[in-house]
Amino acid sequence: MNRRTIRNLKLGLNATYITGLSLALLIFYLAPFGFMVFTSLKTSGQISALGSPIWPAKSASFDYNGASTEIYKVPVANCAGFDANDTAIKNLAAVKKGRQQTTFVDPANLEAGEFICKVSWRALDRPWVWAAAWENYTEVWKAINFPRLMWNTTYYAIMTEIGVLFSCTLVAFGFSRFRFPGRDFLFTILISTIFLPGFVTLIPTYTFFQKIGWVGTWLPLIVPSFFANAYDVFLLRQYFMTLPRELDEAAMMDGAGPLRILWSVIIPQAYPALVAITVFHIVFAWNDYFGPLIYLSTNRQAWPISVALPIFNGIYGSQPQLIQAGALMAIVLPLCLFFVAQRFFIHGIVVTGVEK
Amino acid sequence: MLEQLNKLPRLPTLAAFRSLSPLARREMQHGMLFISIWIFGFFAFTFVPMVATLFFSFLNLKITDGILSTPDYAGIENYMRLVKDPLVWSTGATPGSFWVTVRFGLLALPVGIIVPLILALLMNSPHLKGQMLFRTLFYMPYIVPFVAAIYLWGGMLNPETGWINRTLMYFGMAKESVPLWANDESWVYPAYVLMGIWGVGNAMLIMLAGLQGVPTELYDAAKSDGANGWQTFWNVSFPMISPVIFYNVVLSIVGLFQYFQVPLVVNQGTGRPGGHTFFYNLYLYKTFFTYQDMSYGSTQAWFLFLIVLLVTLVLFSTAKYWVHYSGEAR
Repeated sequence: MNRRTIRNLKLGLNATYITGLSLALLIFYLAPFGFMVFTSLKTSGQISALGSPIWPAKSASFDYNGASTEIYKVPVANCAGFDANDTAIKNLAAVKKGRQQTTFVDPANLEAGEFICKVSWRALDRPWVWAAAWENYTEVWKAINFPRLMWNTTYYAIMTEIGVLFSCTLVAFGFSRFRFPGRDFLFTILISTIFLPGFVTLIPTYTFFQKIGWVGTWLPLIVPSFFANAYDVFLLRQYFMTLPRELDEAAMMDGAGPLRILWSVIIPQAYPALVAITVFHIVFAWNDYFGPLIYLSTNRQAWPISVALPIFNGIYGSQPQLIQAGALMAIVLPLCLFFVAQRFFIHGIVVTGVEK
Repeated sequence: MLEQLNKLPRLPTLAAFRSLSPLARREMQHGMLFISIWIFGFFAFTFVPMVATLFFSFLNLKITDGILSTPDYAGIENYMRLVKDPLVWSTGATPGSFWVTVRFGLLALPVGIIVPLILALLMNSPHLKGQMLFRTLFYMPYIVPFVAAIYLWGGMLNPETGWINRTLMYFGMAKESVPLWANDESWVYPAYVLMGIWGVGNAMLIMLAGLQGVPTELYDAAKSDGANGWQTFWNVSFPMISPVIFYNVVLSIVGLFQYFQVPLVVNQGTGRPGGHTFFYNLYLYKTFFTYQDMSYGSTQAWFLFLIVLLVTLVLFSTAKYWVHYSGEAR
């Protein structure tokens, strides 16, 4: 082998190691998704059966002469017509059950006909076959009133989305396109609010909202979103700063006012950043638990899915298959959104994290 | 984002406003008009409530049967109570909520920095095939709403039927010695950390972007100096991405001091097992929402704020020793 081949071989080995290691980590990392899907498709019978497989399954049965018979794992040494030293275990359908002996038929070899084995069917194990209990999903759908929860969560996401897009665009425009004394100072204050523990403002805010009768309505969640937040303003401002000023200036020469420039020059160019904060915000709203918990828990008609899921879990705690089905239904929409918009997503994260 | 905070801009002098030309004055009026949306929100939802919280902490305000008590001045009574509160500070065997928070943080913080860093280094490896796909899939769990993730991991960590213990038993661990996770004093923090590991996608992406921004000349120089992999990481990659790591450390610490939603859902906020999940913020939450003690809740909130502020200031003052900012600030 010449040196080049050795080098290529080494590179190939490295690629195998690194990719293999990443793949192994990924499998461990994503295993809970498999757990969720498998568990959500199990029957309650399988959940309580000891030694049942980890995949959704039911005990095997066989249609024999128009009747459903149960299949058992039978050591054939005890059966008529088999060698007494035969150690094989066969899956046989029990036609006539008895305490001392049971009549079986071999589903794989029906011509052999019925035969008797000297075993008690109660002592035998049954084989499992793949069977998915799709009805778990319909049960959860009805039990938690899924369409209502989806609607509530979507409503919350859309209303706050409007607030965020409206306010953060205007504020980011103000911070990126106008120079005046004190601007950087104000921007620093804006950024530092990210580090502020939420509880230090919560008690008076909550008490105030309670006084004016807003607790139990959407308003305490929606109204503050119309006054901008640090993350989204930062992201938009960074993006606006990268846009060339020549177009602004040209528009200004033509007599356009600031709002006009924002609407017809800045916004059309900034759509990747706007899409990024839109999807971020939808994920945030889907994830938000604490806000809806404190403001909406008295109003069951308004519960979003994050608040309803723990309550559902409290009631159905003994039925893990339903819990997992509920969890799966809660994550389908955000995951779909992520796969559709992942390009914007990833770019947005990089901007907030890496840029100074 | 943090470099913005490293050099606090000075407040403008009055002279700066006076010397503005009419045109600049107009620019200022327009800019302020746009920013005023945030300024109003800042006063209404941040500044005034913060001051009110401070004010409440020096009063005696309680809600009984939905009626607010008439406030009377309490001086530093609430603060004295906080300093001696056995639910905040440990006494004997019962862990205090402050130390619960700190102890959990000491486990969760390194994991929350090192795991995404290792993943980012893997994703940045030139030997990795399908980098984009891996990146997307490692990020994906971050999207899962946290309540759903808790039930997923709760199932995974079920002592009998969960896949983790099934795997341990498959590899020969005795049924009696497998961890009980969320029901066991010594395993509940690792269980929470595992639940939190699904949130590392964000930090991973940020660190990966940092690594990708390292100029290749630096790696070439290290190579020609004969540096090995570890030396290259420690002397080239790490300093270059230290601002990104700093950003994540600061955000993680601030977040960990406010940690309580997971125990609120997983252990129903009871602090079980044995008070080990009675986090400081859980106590604060209960003081206000369960015991309806506004003043003591406000005291706890301000104490939390002061602690977070102190820790952040200390972190920022250490930054100059290990955080490397290259080039000019934008």
